[in-house]
Amino acid sequence: MRGQVRFLLNGEMHTVRDASPTLTVLRYLRENLGLCGSKEGCAEGDCGACTIAQGEIHNGRMRYRAINSCIQFLPTLDGKSIVTVEALKNTDGSLHPVQQAMVDKHGSQCGFCTPGFVMSLFTLYHRAGDHSNIDRLTVNDAIAGNLCRCTGYGPIIEAAQSSCSEQPDDWFTSSEAQLIEALSALDSDQSLLYEHAGQRFFAPHSLAELNKLTAQYPDASILAGGTDAGLWVTKFKRQLDTVIYIANVAELQQIEVSSEQFSLGAGVTYTDALEVLSEHFPDFAEMTRRIGAEQVRNAGTIGGNIANGSPIGDTPPVLIALGARLILSSCNGNREIALEDFFIDYGKQDLRSDEVVAQIVIPKPAVGSQLFCYKISKRFDQDISAVCAAFLIELDNQGVARSFKAAFGGMAGIPARAKHLEQALLGQPWNEQTISSAATQLKLDFNPLSDLRASAEYRLQVAGNLLTKCYLESTGEVGNTRLFGSSRHSYGKR
Amino acid sequence: MASADLPSNISGGVRRPLRHDSAHKHVSGEALYVDDIAIPADALEVYIAVSPYAHARIDSMDLSAVLADPDVTAVISAADIPGTNDISPVFGDDPMLADKLVEYVGQPVFAVAAGNRDAAQRAADNAIIKYTELPAILNIKAALAAESYVVKPRILKRGNVRPALSDAPYRISDSFYMGGQEHFYLESQAALALPREDGDVLVHSSSQHPSEVQHLVAKILGRADNAVTVKVRRMGGAFGGKETQAAGYAAIAALMAVKTGRAVKAIPDRDDDMQTTGKRHDFLVEYDVGFNQDGRILGLDVMLASRCGRSVDLSHAVNDRAVFHVDNAYFLEHVHIRNYRCKTHTVSNTAFRGFGGPQGMMVIEHVLDHIALATGLDPLQVRQCNFYGDGKDNRSTTPYGMTVEDNIAPEIVTALTETSGYHQRRDELKKFNSVNRYLKKGLALTPVKFGISFTTTFLNQAGALVHIYTDGSIHLNHGGTEMGQGLFIKVAQVVAETLQVDIDRIKISATSTDKVPNTSATAASSGSDLNGKAAQNAALTIKQRLIEFAAKQYAVTADKIVFENNKVFIGEHQLSFDALVKEAYLARISLSASGYYRTPKINYDAETGQGRPFYYFSYGAALSEVVIDTLTGESRVERVDILHDVGHSLNPAIDLGQIEGGFIQGMGWLTCEELFWNDSGKLMTHAPSTYKIPTAGDRPLHFNMELLADSPNREQAIFRSKAVGEPPLMLAISVFRAISDAIAACGDSHTMPKLDAPATPERILHAINTQRESA
Repeated sequence: MRGQVRFLLNGEMHTVRDASPTLTVLRYLRENLGLCGSKEGCAEGDCGACTIAQGEIHNGRMRYRAINSCIQFLPTLDGKSIVTVEALKNTDGSLHPVQQAMVDKHGSQCGFCTPGFVMSLFTLYHRAGDHSNIDRLTVNDAIAGNLCRCTGYGPIIEAAQSSCSEQPDDWFTSSEAQLIEALSALDSDQSLLYEHAGQRFFAPHSLAELNKLTAQYPDASILAGGTDAGLWVTKFKRQLDTVIYIANVAELQQIEVSSEQFSLGAGVTYTDALEVLSEHFPDFAEMTRRIGAEQVRNAGTIGGNIANGSPIGDTPPVLIALGARLILSSCNGNREIALEDFFIDYGKQDLRSDEVVAQIVIPKPAVGSQLFCYKISKRFDQDISAVCAAFLIELDNQGVARSFKAAFGGMAGIPARAKHLEQALLGQPWNEQTISSAATQLKLDFNPLSDLRASAEYRLQVAGNLLTKCYLESTGEVGNTRLFGSSRHSYGKR
Repeated sequence: MASADLPSNISGGVRRPLRHDSAHKHVSGEALYVDDIAIPADALEVYIAVSPYAHARIDSMDLSAVLADPDVTAVISAADIPGTNDISPVFGDDPMLADKLVEYVGQPVFAVAAGNRDAAQRAADNAIIKYTELPAILNIKAALAAESYVVKPRILKRGNVRPALSDAPYRISDSFYMGGQEHFYLESQAALALPREDGDVLVHSSSQHPSEVQHLVAKILGRADNAVTVKVRRMGGAFGGKETQAAGYAAIAALMAVKTGRAVKAIPDRDDDMQTTGKRHDFLVEYDVGFNQDGRILGLDVMLASRCGRSVDLSHAVNDRAVFHVDNAYFLEHVHIRNYRCKTHTVSNTAFRGFGGPQGMMVIEHVLDHIALATGLDPLQVRQCNFYGDGKDNRSTTPYGMTVEDNIAPEIVTALTETSGYHQRRDELKKFNSVNRYLKKGLALTPVKFGISFTTTFLNQAGALVHIYTDGSIHLNHGGTEMGQGLFIKVAQVVAETLQVDIDRIKISATSTDKVPNTSATAASSGSDLNGKAAQNAALTIKQRLIEFAAKQYAVTADKIVFENNKVFIGEHQLSFDALVKEAYLARISLSASGYYRTPKINYDAETGQGRPFYYFSYGAALSEVVIDTLTGESRVERVDILHDVGHSLNPAIDLGQIEGGFIQGMGWLTCEELFWNDSGKLMTHAPSTYKIPTAGDRPLHFNMELLADSPNREQAIFRSKAVGEPPLMLAISVFRAISDAIAACGDSHTMPKLDAPATPERILHAINTQRESA
């Protein structure tokens, strides 16, 4: 195992010295290296002032993605190329096109969020593919994870559209070959054990190694994207002695599509999962697009969304409705369980200390069935759900619900199916009358909490109303039912 | 003079859309904020331990275990303060650290200095503090019931409300609540204190009010003001949240620096900042209004109660401004406003962009929509029917006795009605709502008339300092602070214009109490009005010296000397500005001057509540169109049209930025930004994960804004411009009114929706439920 954390920092090889493995990248940049361009606005990955670009080799090219450096642990940078705002200027000292556009369009006022916006725009600037269609929604998505309190965003959106609408041409493109060469030379394909002052950070590369480590260190913290685990340190001030980082485990990065099922490795990021989801489950993809924002989706994983056991994770209700199963892996082999059985109670999951969530297996729904996903929050982007709902419906020729599954988040201590509701609709004609009478069953299924996100009364009412919305959308009234995003629900072709 | 035919030929004079002076540093990460300043290796960081209780007596406090921690260098509590334990702006009621009593969850109790904040926080956990909990008053209703006030209630009345109400053909009443707002400046509060000789201290503070920070730091240290220097280069946003709230962090850092002889940083993390610092006041409103068949208000009785929190802070002035803006742009002949300033065991609320004005205006805009629903008249027509007059008629005096001499609200509203296609869109909207069962649209056009000046008259003064060096380069300093609003570039434009030199000759410098003393806060939208004039006066003083010198030197009369485009024309002679400066220096002419300005015409008697508190008014109007989802309560602003008055703009790019930013911030206040306290008085929304300000996706897809053309300030404000910081925030009241309009469409269309602010999905759905029940 290698013991050193090495990465490219603004094009130069950098070796980490004398830093805790749970030190955040932001603090390392600011406090250890004196690179103070990246700012701390929240230390929880919600404001984007700390945004940096993380570069990796993908299909032989450099690919840059925005991440929140404030919740990213330092050793996760191992083998990556990191770009901070300090490095963007052209070699002649002039501003980078995205920087110049921000200046020209009056995109900064107080300037504190600006470096983060610039880095998000930098990743948009370097996005693969055609740049002629950088429309308003594309820009919104690219900067949804960056909060600005001064400008009202208009000038920043203009800056994005004016600077990112052409194919990239900056010192990162002109030196791409050298960057790829330097990155390849970091030999990061070996597993890593980074130790400092009694703390250990493992980054295994195979599932077998990972299984060995979880058996050996049952108290270790399992780290995937760190979009939740990072807060254990930055917010809850927990000391993590042993961290096992699973994002480099090859088996956990796989996405497989067969005739029966989809299989997602637990280390697959939301961003990578989105590609397959948008092809097969557009409504699920639309919801996933509203999980966190770009920076969170670039690091966070569906596996982590499940394994942390949150009652308000957005993907579990959808996956439960889809009948997803989990493969839990340990030295003793694999154990397969239904996802809905994984969540036992608030804070309690069916997961042994030597096990990790390895794969999420989604059976392909019957052709003609429809999936509807809803997320209700105070803000459309980068917010945590008050209520999350997923309905999977299959109607027969007579319009009777042959199969109906409903699962909710935010309604109980765990994401759960609404079994009374399901029973009330199963085998019933799918019409407004049966829907509205079935919705009354929800109060038998759930006794939700009142908290800062919503009251119990609201949660119950909106859960029932989402069923109504689902009904409306299933009858084809699409386009007039949602204020945000678009939706397509049918799975396969009839 | 060149000013007669502005804009002139120099680069960077007034009325040019120049970029923010720090823009190139913002985008490259080179702009330094307090936390970015290089510090000595032995510098310390402070953690401030806070009260876990809303109201409790401190029976005992044992901090020995904290101090014993090997990481800890110093610990301070109230007993360690050498001076006076007070960081309040006016009333002497804000202890820096709690002494025997805590009055809100999050109130600072003691402070720990260590090598880093995490270590200090870990050590702080070892404190042994015994509290006895006391009954807590946590909201406005409880405070009203207990008659718990921070200062005594105020009544403003004119005419005879009772008969006006009872004689009115129509009369309605209602009540509603509007929540507060967290500033959410992206840079949290921040102070860095550096010890100096003689026990003096230099404090870099992220503050809108360096003079007050200086004064309060000195007060805490028990030293004279001249022992303390406060510098502010820039803030990462402030919005009123760093007017009084910065002082505590500066004072703790300063005391620690003096105590340890080391540099000390006091920068709270986001959660601590949000728990500990004040916010916009939430208000509870009740009204009773009488009107005629045209929708004209004949009498209005208003109860306006605000949650001030544990101390006064600026609540007296915030509430005054709320009272002053209940009229907004409308004449209220018979009016009675009862204003209660409630004391609660929550954080002391403070200044926030608009400073009570938004809450006051929310009242009248609500009332007018209620009248429109009751009469069936178009809400725009009802508004137009109530506008102030032309300054000469008998409908031009405010309830506080000031004549509205510059009323342009009617013409702005008329113009916007045309350009936005209001009437046509109102028809289309009715059609949309009749065919859509689940989505409903709403529309509202609301005006803004906002009074400009500090209502505390003596604050309306400013100073500046201008040096011209012998090479002709210029150093500019003034008492205003830069928080992103573009003040520095505007004032530099004023100086460039005044001296007729290119702006790149002017070095903008950090606000510092040792350069310009006794300054007022950069607040009340007054930054460029006050500091622009002060800097202009400084520049004019030097210019006058140069003119006198040149007149003598070249034997011409002063009226033959013209400064224009980096040159000086002296009769037949022509010199570069630099050359004249050099000659003047050699002739022993002083090239440095301070400038001073006080706002004319204003006067206000706080006892009678009468006078002219404002130099002038800024105006604007906005039309917002929203759509709501009646199944979920979600809402979205689809289109906004704004026409706003900034007089002759000093910098149209900066002004448009203020308008858009202010609007979106106001929209956040009234839609997604919800402060939620639990039953123990603990704020549960204390970080961006739980407190949601608008994102880019919330910006309306169609956002049209224009500056009102050819509309110079009728008063002699700096180059006939108008203040722009706060007024646009209130344009967003149109969003809230439009949401209410959409909800009204869910019922019988005569019932006033029961909608409180912010209009979260839950509140909207609740209002829809009520609307349907009443239909």
